[in-house]
Amino acid sequence: MKKKVVCMLLAATMVAGTLAGCGDKTGGDKPADKQGDTSAPSDVSADEGKVINIYSFNDEVRNRIQLVYPEIQETSKDGTVSTLKDGTEIHWIINPNQDGVYQDKLDEALMAQADASADDKVDIFAAETDYVVKYTDADSDVAMPLTDLGINPDSDLADQFDFTKTVACDANGVQRATSWQACPGVLVYRRDIAKDVFGTDDPEKIAEKTKDWDTMKAAAEELKGKGYYTFSCYTDTFRTYGNSIAEPWVAPGTTTVKVDQKLMDWVKDSKEWKDAGYFDPAVKGQWNADWFNAMGSKSKVFAFLFPAWGIDTQVKPNWDGEDGSWAVTSAPLAYNWGGTFLVAANGTDNPQHVKDILLAMTANTDNLVKISKETSDFTNGKTAMADAAKDDSYASDFLGGQNPYTYFTPSADTIKMAPLSAYDQGCVELIQNAFQDYLEGKVDFDKAKSNFETAIKERYPEITEVQWPE
Amino acid sequence: MDSNKANRIRTVFVHVVLVFLSFLCLFFFYILIVNATRSHAQLQKGFSALPGTSFFKNFMNVANNGEFPMLRGIVNSLIVSGCSAAICTYFSALTAYGLYAYDFKLRKAAFTFIMAILVMPTQVTAMGFLRLITKMGMYDSLLPLIIPSIASPAVFYFMYSYLESSLPLSLVEAARMDGSREFRTFNQIIIPIMKPAIAVQAIFTFVGSWNNYFTPALVIQSKDKMTVPILIALLRGADYMNRDMGKIYMMILVAIVPIILVYLFLSKYIIAGVTLGGVKG
Amino acid sequence: MFMKPKRKKVNYSKWGYIFILPFFLSFFIFSLIPLVDTIRYSFYEYYRSGIKEIGPNFIGMFNYTELLKSDMLKYAGNTLILWLIGFIPQIVIALLLASWFVDIRLKIRGQQFFKVVIYLPNLIMASAFAMLFFTLFSNKGPINSILLSAGLISTPVDFMGSVFGTRSLIGSMNFLMWFGNTTIMLMAAIMGISPDVFEASEIDGCNSRQRFFKITLPLIRPILAYTLITSVIGGLQMFDVPQILTNGQGNPDRTSMTLIMFLNSHLKSKNYGMAGALSVYLFIVSGILCFIVYRITNGKDSDY
Repeated sequence: MKKKVVCMLLAATMVAGTLAGCGDKTGGDKPADKQGDTSAPSDVSADEGKVINIYSFNDEVRNRIQLVYPEIQETSKDGTVSTLKDGTEIHWIINPNQDGVYQDKLDEALMAQADASADDKVDIFAAETDYVVKYTDADSDVAMPLTDLGINPDSDLADQFDFTKTVACDANGVQRATSWQACPGVLVYRRDIAKDVFGTDDPEKIAEKTKDWDTMKAAAEELKGKGYYTFSCYTDTFRTYGNSIAEPWVAPGTTTVKVDQKLMDWVKDSKEWKDAGYFDPAVKGQWNADWFNAMGSKSKVFAFLFPAWGIDTQVKPNWDGEDGSWAVTSAPLAYNWGGTFLVAANGTDNPQHVKDILLAMTANTDNLVKISKETSDFTNGKTAMADAAKDDSYASDFLGGQNPYTYFTPSADTIKMAPLSAYDQGCVELIQNAFQDYLEGKVDFDKAKSNFETAIKERYPEITEVQWPE
Repeated sequence: MDSNKANRIRTVFVHVVLVFLSFLCLFFFYILIVNATRSHAQLQKGFSALPGTSFFKNFMNVANNGEFPMLRGIVNSLIVSGCSAAICTYFSALTAYGLYAYDFKLRKAAFTFIMAILVMPTQVTAMGFLRLITKMGMYDSLLPLIIPSIASPAVFYFMYSYLESSLPLSLVEAARMDGSREFRTFNQIIIPIMKPAIAVQAIFTFVGSWNNYFTPALVIQSKDKMTVPILIALLRGADYMNRDMGKIYMMILVAIVPIILVYLFLSKYIIAGVTLGGVKG
Repeated sequence: MFMKPKRKKVNYSKWGYIFILPFFLSFFIFSLIPLVDTIRYSFYEYYRSGIKEIGPNFIGMFNYTELLKSDMLKYAGNTLILWLIGFIPQIVIALLLASWFVDIRLKIRGQQFFKVVIYLPNLIMASAFAMLFFTLFSNKGPINSILLSAGLISTPVDFMGSVFGTRSLIGSMNFLMWFGNTTIMLMAAIMGISPDVFEASEIDGCNSRQRFFKITLPLIRPILAYTLITSVIGGLQMFDVPQILTNGQGNPDRTSMTLIMFLNSHLKSKNYGMAGALSVYLFIVSGILCFIVYRITNGKDSDY
């Protein structure tokens, strides 16, 4: 097992040379023998702390670490403490994302990090793509550069998808986080509706209908003719636009929010689609009961835009009909939605364990395959995912025997990650919210704009101006 | 005769209104209970008036979840609300008695002051409160949720009104003649007289404290000290929990059952108390 | 009312101080010090950007003028409207019920049951109640499906999509949660009126309406004042219900955004300076409101 990791990493190093990761400036300053360390999780130095605190916003991180980190001996029944073979304990500190609870608690802990006793220090924390930049910021320096841990992104993480590495770098190109996950989005559709309207449920045939927005619109008209809605609501299509913005919401060092033309396109197209009746009028926004309901068997909604996690955690639990009723095909536009990063907190008293966990979770092909098999995550290993696309054992009963990786993997290859900023979470949430009123016909366009300006300045006091595209 | 007939019509009308209002009040409890017995898949199918079969499963899901230690939360809430209700009513009664029965120079000033702070919204001082208790080393403990309830202007005002209407000062004097000390007079003579008022305010305070979300959310950090409302908010916010609405309904149910029990137990006293003495302003 | 000259006060004034000491001690520590702290920071630029603290830098009245330029007054209006929608039916129904409950001639069956039931909604925490309403009144929720299957409507009613719908929902929640509580309070007050007064009125041939307006209402004025004041404070502090029903945004078009929701969004963005200034405004407003209520209800005998 250990040998295999080393071999795989060595092999990966060789291909890594040409990759455009972000480790360029940091790759050179660590000796090459680092890879030796990665394979020795058991000879942990004696001065490591007794408690590893892992902050996370749900149980996914815990479940996956339990799955792939061989040092874990047992986990308490209520899921709050895991004991390692060497006696060290992992304390799982889980707070939900909503209302900023997770970040509030994490921020408090990070700001108190210097004075905290060894057992209370944050060692690893999870961060979503929407706000990972807040923590990888070079000035605040709460996230440990991977090289300081002894992980060389160029070699150790060579097999990861490049966009996931770019995202995890600070402004100087130093990588400070790593993910086991990539989240290429696809289109998930109902087979019965496809048969009814298009006469076929074959993903390849359906892909013809969804290949770009213009073709998609023609398909939407056909769906409407039979009384179906193409998507549940305008927020569903947001990510495909929001992911292709040319400039970050807020450029580093400035206090101006620049609203990209792509977002105005989203508003314009959504208005058109909404007025044409392609969305379910009963659904307003995501993550509410009506939206979940639209994934049920009584719904008239044809499709959702989701990455792998969406199928597993949203569509599947909300579907109350037979297995095999859904299928995936390519989305009109490649996009990435979500993704959880693992960050080593500066000041950790367990650097060796932290390094082991990070590598086990994000750099070990066997482990990534295991995660994909067990949890249906699309994992962050190019080799593994290319194999998965050809491997029939990945076929899903829920998708009627289809292997979704045949659509995930090509999508992942074409993703160009939008430039991120530390303000993305608020900007995305508030622009959706402000323009919901407009799309629902409650306010006019200019009022929606000014409501967004008010809300964003309330959320981020340092923002002084909002620029709209012409 | 006529007035008798009119009375009968009124009686019918009154009963209709009461039944309607009671229906409104109970309807939501009913839906809550029904939904707590159904699985997520059943809930997805739409609303049904009949209970499902997942009551036990939902309950076990709630009881065995370490991320949302509900039973621990209920114990914490009981401690906080119980202590708050006790010290709040006791000290409010004490203050009211102090201002009512004794004459001293600052009496009027003290009364005016309390009336002035009656309206101060708690949220106004939230920021400073948090900094203060952090400095005092009480951050992430239950104490700052309990001790400040000693000063509850609204409860004080209620107690004061009650004393005015039902405590003749001659009684205090008589007690003093018998050689009773001031504190003993208060504890053994005044408190029993104030029982009805204390019962009413105790349950109001208990409920208020049980349902308080704002302060605990500010103060409590660790899971094993969380009170019920924070847990509910946490649960609602946990996106992955949305997959199981049945569990969420069950959690709300579990959260309100203890307080309903306390209420049903105390309601006898409240309504009896109201009938006995009554409050006159 | 507190100034009523008492015939013979026992002269043990030191006990007076001792008895009120805990109250004032606790108030000074847990309310006054924080209040002073809050006021102090209202003159500073002090917030958190990401995980970096900005300030505190003294900026004088900037936060105050900035707030006046914002939509604060609109939110104050929203708060007032939302409070009225809930309070008016609440006080009317509570007065009616209280006078019915104490009216022996009505012979209400199951009085105890009704009293217990109408108080029940007050026991559910506001946030859970709001969550319940949110689910019940969603587009595909139980209420819509009941209305649809009863044939009363042909398409789902978008309750939370309109200003009127959202505000009514918030108002009715506040009503349901508080009318039982108010009823019990008022009932206590009415029962405190000496039965002699009612007997006398009966002999004088008063009908129940006259008795209600001429005797009951004037005599329970102090407790009405108490109800009004506590309700005003509660209204000013309205937060949980609209926050959860509208997901903290006060949709549509921020028409259900209350003052405390506004304060909360500043606290959430860790903008201590701005939150401080807003708190001071709130403090002043609540003081004025209380003064007005106090004057109105104590009316002509405010010197009494």
